[in-house]
Amino acid sequence: MSEVLDKVVEIVCNQLTVNKEDVTPDSSFVEDLGADSLDTVELVMAFEEEFGLEIPDDEAENITTIKSAVDWIEKNS
Amino acid sequence: MENKKAIVTGGNRGIGKGIVLSLLEQGYFVLATSRDSTKFDVTHPNLKLANLDVCDHASVADFQKIVNDYDPDILINNAGVTKDNLFLRMTEDDWDEVIDTNLNSVFRMTKLVVKGMLKKKWGRIINISSISGSMGNPGQTNYSASKAGVDAFSRSLAKELGSRNITVNSIAPGFIQTDMTDGLIHEEITKKIPLQRVGNVEDIASLVNFLVSEESNYITGQTLVVDGGLFMK
Repeated sequence: MSEVLDKVVEIVCNQLTVNKEDVTPDSSFVEDLGADSLDTVELVMAFEEEFGLEIPDDEAENITTIKSAVDWIEKNS
Repeated sequence: MENKKAIVTGGNRGIGKGIVLSLLEQGYFVLATSRDSTKFDVTHPNLKLANLDVCDHASVADFQKIVNDYDPDILINNAGVTKDNLFLRMTEDDWDEVIDTNLNSVFRMTKLVVKGMLKKKWGRIINISSISGSMGNPGQTNYSASKAGVDAFSRSLAKELGSRNITVNSIAPGFIQTDMTDGLIHEEITKKIPLQRVGNVEDIASLVNFLVSEESNYITGQTLVVDGGLFMK
Protein backbone atom coordinates (compact mmCIF):
# COMPACT_ATOMS: atom_id res chain seq x y z
CA MET A 1 0.00 0.00 0.00
CA SER A 2 1.42 3.38 -0.96
CA GLU A 3 1.80 6.11 1.59
CA VAL A 4 -0.64 8.34 -0.28
CA LEU A 5 -3.24 5.59 -0.38
CA ASP A 6 -2.84 5.04 3.36
CA LYS A 7 -3.40 8.71 4.11
CA VAL A 8 -6.32 9.05 1.69
CA VAL A 9 -8.04 6.05 3.27
CA GLU A 10 -7.45 7.49 6.73
CA ILE A 11 -8.91 10.89 5.76
CA VAL A 12 -11.92 9.27 4.10
CA CYS A 13 -12.57 7.02 7.11
CA ASN A 14 -12.41 10.00 9.47
CA GLN A 15 -14.54 12.27 7.35
CA LEU A 16 -17.25 9.74 6.50
CA THR A 17 -17.03 7.71 9.72
CA VAL A 18 -16.53 4.40 7.94
CA ASN A 19 -14.30 1.45 8.80
CA LYS A 20 -11.02 0.83 7.01
CA GLU A 21 -12.14 -2.71 6.19
CA ASP A 22 -15.08 -1.36 4.20
CA VAL A 23 -12.89 0.77 1.94
CA THR A 24 -11.27 -0.46 -1.29
CA PRO A 25 -9.43 1.56 -3.97
CA ASP A 26 -12.57 1.43 -6.11
CA SER A 27 -14.90 2.65 -3.37
CA SER A 28 -16.96 5.59 -4.52
CA PHE A 29 -17.37 8.26 -1.85
CA VAL A 30 -21.02 8.82 -2.65
CA GLU A 31 -22.25 5.44 -3.87
CA ASP A 32 -20.31 3.11 -1.57
CA LEU A 33 -19.35 5.17 1.45
CA GLY A 34 -22.47 7.27 1.95
CA ALA A 35 -20.99 10.73 1.32
CA ASP A 36 -23.31 13.62 0.52
CA SER A 37 -22.28 16.35 -1.91
CA LEU A 38 -20.90 18.57 0.85
CA ASP A 39 -18.84 15.64 2.18
CA THR A 40 -17.11 15.39 -1.19
CA VAL A 41 -16.20 19.08 -1.03
CA GLU A 42 -14.89 18.63 2.50
CA LEU A 43 -12.89 15.57 1.46
CA VAL A 44 -11.15 17.61 -1.22
CA MET A 45 -10.45 20.33 1.36
CA ALA A 46 -8.95 17.70 3.66
CA PHE A 47 -6.77 16.28 0.85
CA GLU A 48 -5.57 19.78 0.02
CA GLU A 49 -4.61 20.39 3.62
CA GLU A 50 -2.93 17.02 4.20
CA PHE A 51 -0.88 17.05 1.01
CA GLY A 52 -0.33 20.82 0.72
CA LEU A 53 -1.94 20.98 -2.70
CA GLU A 54 -4.54 23.11 -4.38
CA ILE A 55 -7.03 21.04 -6.33
CA PRO A 56 -8.84 23.15 -8.96
CA ASP A 57 -12.65 22.95 -8.78
CA ASP A 58 -13.08 21.44 -12.24
CA GLU A 59 -10.64 18.65 -11.41
CA ALA A 60 -12.01 18.18 -7.90
CA GLU A 61 -15.32 17.16 -9.47
CA ASN A 62 -13.65 14.10 -10.97
CA ILE A 63 -12.25 12.93 -7.65
CA THR A 64 -15.05 10.58 -6.71
CA THR A 65 -13.26 7.40 -5.60
CA ILE A 66 -10.29 6.47 -3.42
CA LYS A 67 -8.32 5.57 -6.54
CA SER A 68 -9.06 8.81 -8.38
CA ALA A 69 -7.96 10.79 -5.32
CA VAL A 70 -4.71 8.84 -4.97
CA ASP A 71 -3.97 9.13 -8.70
CA TRP A 72 -4.53 12.90 -8.74
CA ILE A 73 -2.42 13.46 -5.65
CA GLU A 74 0.44 11.27 -6.88
CA LYS A 75 0.43 12.97 -10.27
CA ASN A 76 0.44 16.48 -8.78
CA SER A 77 2.76 16.27 -5.80
CA MET B 1 -19.00 31.94 25.13
CA GLU B 2 -15.37 31.37 24.22
CA ASN B 3 -14.91 34.81 22.64
CA LYS B 4 -15.98 34.12 19.12
CA LYS B 5 -14.77 36.25 16.21
CA ALA B 6 -17.01 38.20 13.87
CA ILE B 7 -16.46 40.06 10.61
CA VAL B 8 -18.85 42.95 9.97
CA THR B 9 -18.80 44.61 6.54
CA GLY B 10 -19.68 48.28 6.32
CA GLY B 11 -19.00 48.47 10.04
CA ASN B 12 -18.06 52.13 10.19
CA ARG B 13 -21.50 53.72 10.33
CA GLY B 14 -25.23 53.21 10.51
CA ILE B 15 -26.55 49.76 11.37
CA GLY B 16 -23.10 48.20 10.86
CA LYS B 17 -21.52 50.42 13.47
CA GLY B 18 -24.33 49.65 15.89
CA ILE B 19 -23.70 45.93 15.37
CA VAL B 20 -19.95 46.33 15.88
CA LEU B 21 -20.38 48.24 19.14
CA SER B 22 -22.91 45.82 20.47
CA LEU B 23 -20.84 42.71 19.63
CA LEU B 24 -17.81 44.28 21.33
CA GLU B 25 -19.93 44.98 24.38
CA GLN B 26 -20.96 41.30 24.44
CA GLY B 27 -17.31 40.23 24.48
CA TYR B 28 -16.88 39.20 20.85
CA PHE B 29 -13.78 39.94 18.78
CA VAL B 30 -14.73 42.04 15.78
CA LEU B 31 -13.06 42.75 12.46
CA ALA B 32 -14.91 45.71 10.97
CA THR B 33 -14.45 46.53 7.31
CA SER B 34 -15.23 49.68 5.39
CA ARG B 35 -14.01 51.42 2.27
CA ASP B 36 -12.04 53.88 4.40
CA SER B 37 -11.30 52.58 7.87
CA THR B 38 -9.47 55.80 8.85
CA LYS B 39 -12.96 57.28 9.28
CA PHE B 40 -13.72 54.77 12.01
CA ASP B 41 -13.94 56.67 15.29
CA VAL B 42 -14.09 53.74 17.72
CA THR B 43 -11.15 52.02 19.38
CA HIS B 44 -11.40 48.88 21.44
CA PRO B 45 -8.87 46.15 22.34
CA ASN B 46 -11.04 43.50 20.64
CA LEU B 47 -11.64 45.56 17.51
CA LYS B 48 -9.62 45.31 14.29
CA LEU B 49 -10.23 47.45 11.24
CA ALA B 50 -9.65 46.70 7.59
CA ASN B 51 -10.09 48.59 4.35
CA LEU B 52 -12.33 46.67 2.02
CA ASP B 53 -14.41 47.59 -0.99
CA VAL B 54 -16.86 44.69 -1.30
CA CYS B 55 -17.39 45.57 -4.98
CA ASP B 56 -13.72 45.42 -5.88
CA HIS B 57 -12.77 41.87 -6.84
CA ALA B 58 -9.07 42.49 -6.19
CA SER B 59 -9.78 44.04 -2.79
CA VAL B 60 -11.93 41.05 -1.80
CA ALA B 61 -9.34 38.55 -3.10
CA ASP B 62 -6.63 40.25 -1.02
CA PHE B 63 -8.91 40.08 1.97
CA GLN B 64 -8.92 36.25 1.87
CA LYS B 65 -5.53 36.16 3.58
CA ILE B 66 -6.74 38.42 6.39
CA VAL B 67 -9.84 36.23 6.77
CA ASN B 68 -7.74 33.06 6.93
CA ASP B 69 -5.54 34.55 9.66
CA TYR B 70 -8.52 35.89 11.57
CA ASP B 71 -10.47 32.62 11.28
CA PRO B 72 -13.95 34.07 11.89
CA ASP B 73 -16.89 32.20 13.41
CA ILE B 74 -19.40 34.82 12.33
CA LEU B 75 -19.94 36.89 9.19
CA ILE B 76 -22.32 39.84 9.13
CA ASN B 77 -22.89 40.98 5.55
CA ASN B 78 -24.03 44.50 6.26
CA ALA B 79 -22.41 46.72 3.60
CA GLY B 80 -25.09 48.18 1.37
CA VAL B 81 -26.13 51.24 -0.61
CA THR B 82 -29.23 52.84 -2.07
CA LYS B 83 -29.53 54.61 -5.42
CA ASP B 84 -33.23 55.37 -5.38
CA ASN B 85 -35.08 56.61 -8.40
CA LEU B 86 -38.39 55.98 -10.11
CA PHE B 87 -37.96 53.00 -12.40
CA LEU B 88 -38.49 55.12 -15.52
CA ARG B 89 -35.63 57.37 -14.50
CA MET B 90 -33.32 54.69 -13.13
CA THR B 91 -30.16 54.16 -15.13
CA GLU B 92 -28.60 50.78 -15.66
CA ASP B 93 -25.56 52.01 -13.73
CA ASP B 94 -27.77 52.72 -10.70
CA TRP B 95 -29.21 49.23 -11.04
CA ASP B 96 -25.81 47.55 -11.38
CA GLU B 97 -24.18 49.43 -8.52
CA VAL B 98 -26.90 48.48 -6.05
CA ILE B 99 -27.08 44.82 -7.14
CA ASP B 100 -23.31 44.55 -7.00
CA THR B 101 -22.88 46.19 -3.59
CA ASN B 102 -25.86 44.60 -1.89
CA LEU B 103 -26.15 41.16 -3.51
CA ASN B 104 -23.00 40.17 -5.40
CA SER B 105 -20.86 41.22 -2.46
CA VAL B 106 -22.73 38.76 -0.25
CA PHE B 107 -21.67 35.98 -2.61
CA ARG B 108 -18.06 37.19 -2.61
CA MET B 109 -17.75 37.70 1.14
CA THR B 110 -19.50 34.47 2.09
CA LYS B 111 -17.13 32.53 -0.19
CA LEU B 112 -14.24 33.79 1.96
CA VAL B 113 -15.54 32.35 5.23
CA VAL B 114 -17.44 29.14 4.52
CA LYS B 115 -14.46 26.77 4.27
CA GLY B 116 -13.24 27.85 7.70
CA MET B 117 -16.71 27.41 9.18
CA LEU B 118 -16.99 23.91 7.65
CA LYS B 119 -13.78 22.95 9.44
CA LYS B 120 -15.11 24.22 12.76
CA LYS B 121 -18.51 22.70 12.13
CA TRP B 122 -19.93 25.92 13.53
CA GLY B 123 -20.79 29.19 11.90
CA ARG B 124 -23.20 32.08 11.75
CA ILE B 125 -23.86 34.06 8.60
CA ILE B 126 -26.20 37.00 8.97
CA ASN B 127 -27.21 39.10 6.00
CA ILE B 128 -28.66 42.52 6.58
CA SER B 129 -31.61 42.76 4.21
CA SER B 130 -34.59 45.12 4.25
CA ILE B 131 -38.37 44.97 4.42
CA SER B 132 -38.16 46.61 1.00
CA GLY B 133 -37.12 43.17 -0.31
CA SER B 134 -40.41 41.63 0.88
CA MET B 135 -42.96 44.41 0.56
CA GLY B 136 -41.55 46.50 -2.30
CA ASN B 137 -41.03 50.24 -2.19
CA PRO B 138 -41.47 52.82 -4.94
CA GLY B 139 -38.14 54.19 -6.13
CA GLN B 140 -36.33 51.07 -4.97
CA THR B 141 -36.69 48.50 -7.76
CA ASN B 142 -32.92 47.99 -7.63
CA TYR B 143 -32.63 47.97 -3.84
CA SER B 144 -35.65 45.75 -3.21
CA ALA B 145 -34.52 43.28 -5.89
CA SER B 146 -31.07 43.09 -4.28
CA LYS B 147 -32.54 42.48 -0.83
CA ALA B 148 -35.02 39.86 -2.03
CA GLY B 149 -32.01 38.19 -3.63
CA VAL B 150 -30.17 38.24 -0.33
CA ASP B 151 -33.12 36.63 1.45
CA ALA B 152 -33.30 33.86 -1.15
CA PHE B 153 -29.54 33.37 -0.97
CA SER B 154 -29.84 32.92 2.79
CA ARG B 155 -32.50 30.24 2.42
CA SER B 156 -30.58 28.16 -0.15
CA LEU B 157 -27.26 28.42 1.66
CA ALA B 158 -28.98 27.55 4.95
CA LYS B 159 -30.14 24.31 3.34
CA GLU B 160 -26.66 23.55 2.01
CA LEU B 161 -24.86 24.16 5.29
CA GLY B 162 -27.41 23.10 7.89
CA SER B 163 -25.88 19.65 8.35
CA ARG B 164 -22.61 21.31 9.40
CA ASN B 165 -24.12 23.43 12.13
CA ILE B 166 -23.76 26.65 10.17
CA THR B 167 -26.85 28.85 10.22
CA VAL B 168 -27.67 31.51 7.66
CA ASN B 169 -30.32 34.14 8.29
CA SER B 170 -31.41 37.52 6.99
CA ILE B 171 -32.49 40.44 9.11
CA ALA B 172 -34.94 42.80 7.41
CA PRO B 173 -35.00 46.19 9.09
CA GLY B 174 -37.81 48.64 8.50
CA PHE B 175 -37.19 52.36 8.89
CA ILE B 176 -34.10 52.70 11.05
CA GLN B 177 -32.66 56.12 11.87
CA THR B 178 -29.33 56.24 9.95
CA ASP B 179 -27.65 58.37 7.29
CA MET B 180 -29.22 56.11 4.67
CA THR B 181 -32.77 56.92 5.73
CA ASP B 182 -32.18 60.55 6.70
CA GLY B 183 -34.18 62.01 3.84
CA LEU B 184 -36.91 59.37 4.01
CA ILE B 185 -38.19 59.55 7.53
CA HIS B 186 -41.07 61.87 8.22
CA GLU B 187 -44.19 62.00 10.36
CA GLU B 188 -46.44 60.27 7.81
CA ILE B 189 -44.27 57.16 7.94
CA THR B 190 -44.20 57.08 11.73
CA LYS B 191 -48.01 57.09 11.74
CA LYS B 192 -48.05 53.88 9.70
CA ILE B 193 -45.80 52.05 12.13
CA PRO B 194 -47.81 50.20 14.82
CA LEU B 195 -45.11 50.87 17.41
CA GLN B 196 -45.30 54.60 16.50
CA ARG B 197 -41.59 55.27 16.10
CA VAL B 198 -38.78 54.68 13.67
CA GLY B 199 -36.22 52.12 14.76
CA ASN B 200 -32.69 52.71 15.96
CA VAL B 201 -29.55 50.70 15.26
CA GLU B 202 -29.76 49.05 18.68
CA ASP B 203 -33.07 47.47 17.67
CA ILE B 204 -31.19 45.63 14.92
CA ALA B 205 -28.04 44.97 16.96
CA SER B 206 -30.00 43.21 19.69
CA LEU B 207 -31.36 40.70 17.17
CA VAL B 208 -27.84 40.18 15.82
CA ASN B 209 -26.67 39.43 19.37
CA PHE B 210 -29.32 36.76 19.63
CA LEU B 211 -28.67 35.24 16.20
CA VAL B 212 -24.91 34.92 16.73
CA SER B 213 -25.39 33.27 20.12
CA GLU B 214 -26.03 29.62 20.99
CA GLU B 215 -29.57 30.68 21.94
CA SER B 216 -30.51 30.75 18.24
CA ASN B 217 -29.17 27.25 17.45
CA TYR B 218 -32.42 26.07 15.85
CA ILE B 219 -33.10 29.07 13.61
CA THR B 220 -31.85 29.06 10.03
CA GLY B 221 -32.89 30.19 6.56
CA GLN B 222 -35.19 32.87 7.96
CA THR B 223 -35.78 36.50 7.16
CA LEU B 224 -36.45 38.14 10.51
CA VAL B 225 -38.27 41.43 10.27
CA VAL B 226 -37.48 44.26 12.70
CA ASP B 227 -39.72 47.15 11.70
CA GLY B 228 -42.06 48.07 14.55
CA GLY B 229 -44.85 46.16 12.81
CA LEU B 230 -44.83 48.18 9.57
CA PHE B 231 -44.86 45.13 7.31
CA MET B 232 -46.86 42.11 8.37
CA LYS B 233 -47.25 39.04 6.18
